[in-house]
Amino acid sequence: MRPSAVRLLNILVPVKRAVDYAVKIRVNPQQTGIDTNVKHSMNPFDEIAVEEAVRLRERLGAKVKTITALTIGPAKATDTLRTALAMGADSGIHVEVSESAPAPEPLSVAKTIRTIIERRNKDAKSEEDKIDLVILGKQAIDDDLGVTGQMLAGLMDWSQATFASKVEIDTDKKEALVVREIDGGGEEIKCRLPLVITTDLRWVDHNNLSPRYASLPNIMKAKKKPIEKLTPADLGLDYTPQLETLKVTEPPKRVGGGKVANVDELLAKLKEVGIEAKA
Amino acid sequence: MLRTRSLICRRALVRTYATPASPHALVFLEHREGVIAPGSLSALTAAEQLGGQVSALVVGSSEQVPAVVEKAKKLKGVNSVLHSTSPQYAEPVPEVLSPLFEELLKGNSGFTHVVSATSSSAKSLLPRVSARLDAPTISDITSLEHDASSGSTTFTRPIYAGNAISTVRAPGSIPIKFFTVRGTAFAPAPATAEGAEEKPVDPVEVKDPVTVHLKTTIAKSDRPELGVASRVVSGGRALKNAETFQKMLYPLADALGAAVGASRAAVDAGYADNSLQVGQTGKVVAPELYIAIGISGAIQHLAGMKDSKMIVAINKDPDAPIFQVADVGLVADLYEAVPELTEKLKK
Repeated sequence: MRPSAVRLLNILVPVKRAVDYAVKIRVNPQQTGIDTNVKHSMNPFDEIAVEEAVRLRERLGAKVKTITALTIGPAKATDTLRTALAMGADSGIHVEVSESAPAPEPLSVAKTIRTIIERRNKDAKSEEDKIDLVILGKQAIDDDLGVTGQMLAGLMDWSQATFASKVEIDTDKKEALVVREIDGGGEEIKCRLPLVITTDLRWVDHNNLSPRYASLPNIMKAKKKPIEKLTPADLGLDYTPQLETLKVTEPPKRVGGGKVANVDELLAKLKEVGIEAKA
Repeated sequence: MLRTRSLICRRALVRTYATPASPHALVFLEHREGVIAPGSLSALTAAEQLGGQVSALVVGSSEQVPAVVEKAKKLKGVNSVLHSTSPQYAEPVPEVLSPLFEELLKGNSGFTHVVSATSSSAKSLLPRVSARLDAPTISDITSLEHDASSGSTTFTRPIYAGNAISTVRAPGSIPIKFFTVRGTAFAPAPATAEGAEEKPVDPVEVKDPVTVHLKTTIAKSDRPELGVASRVVSGGRALKNAETFQKMLYPLADALGAAVGASRAAVDAGYADNSLQVGQTGKVVAPELYIAIGISGAIQHLAGMKDSKMIVAINKDPDAPIFQVADVGLVADLYEAVPELTEKLKK
């Protein structure tokens, strides 16, 4: 039997399959969405979330008992899950939705995560099997909503640390010190576990690290890691959107005004529109 | 009390059909050091466009609240100012503010919309509250239209880093609609001579909160604030290091009375502070003049500045994508062009 004094962390990392950040997207002619027949990859903020979970294990060693990656998406989202497994997650959960279904809204995603945590924690034989940390990206780069983590924390009534750039966890005290990026600077907060963290890009700088590339051996290993497949119905959830998307359109095109040959011409152009030095 | 009762009676009489409640927005007014955040002023303007009542909410410590309430009462479009004072609200975390919002919004509160700026604190708070009320939060809207007959509100908002615009309708079946407002898309609410009524609200004490604020570090600057500046001078990776970033950009910014911004590459490389980042993951700006210096113009950066009135680009690479959006482009070595520009501007 394990000594009960040891506190263990079980981390859940939700990841999203999104259109690759480098793809120049195109609105479809029906104006219902964008052409998704393009390269997809893991949402960059979620990559940071996975990396952060794996780094936590590297720092805390055996105190991190499990890292579970979770994705909600079409069959192809399994690839995203495999990427998370290749980066170091232990197992995956894939809540599969049909390719043609609209993407679930953040509140549905948050409810899914809540249900998965509740099921897992109910089945847990002891405290040390319970999920007590969820790390998410601060926003998905497709819908740019940035609300799922906060919604989850609200539903669970857990503490939340949004836009985190630095996280230190004391597993014995069940506390986390978090540095957050806020408008105009930074903020330090102390959170009690269980906790929901959303990662900021700056996490990378503060730790001087980038999300790792999955190496070929790790990719091979990831193929053997377990993935549990579920459907929204298995979880008793209905993904019918609350909001109606009426249309998706191209933003007004901006046309470059051409080039000038030198600084004087540039100044003349500025003067034309009435821009001069401030006294 | 009497007033509330008469309101209920009136509503009961009128409600022959399931008439949607007339819009009543609760706007979360953020403030720092007695100054109301410019983003919150834009949120007020957006709330006013719903065509109904607008209540502003000010929370803070007893030292902060009175002065801010006085200012809030005079803002155009504000019908009433709710305020709540508690030592816990001095540097509030969402875990502490959420119960206050839930208290304000529960039952027949009459509020139909909860509005805030797309600020880091409101972005943390609103979704938490909305989820507890089983409602979505619509982030960073750029326009809105309320249909009083159906109680539905239609919003537009940028998606895919501003490369597409989504029009979404929150139907009348969502009793309280939560949304955050992109500041650059709405003019800030001006001050007027009139004073709105004020209503103190009891704070909701959170015993032993799960999250505690420890400290805030705000990067100080004499220059205008990036998010609201009418002119912005922004630098990218080509500035090589923090020293040249300052040496090249700051004199030009000062000559123009401009705020300084940076691309993600410049921030990542440590040339500039995080708070200066312009782009999808940083600030969104829409100044009269945006000068991009040594910035190639990645999609993520353009997302943060392409609504600027006039874009000027100075870049060595004639094929840099920034020139496709710039009104005036100068292909030149920034180390020569920028000091020359600064000098000639001053003359």
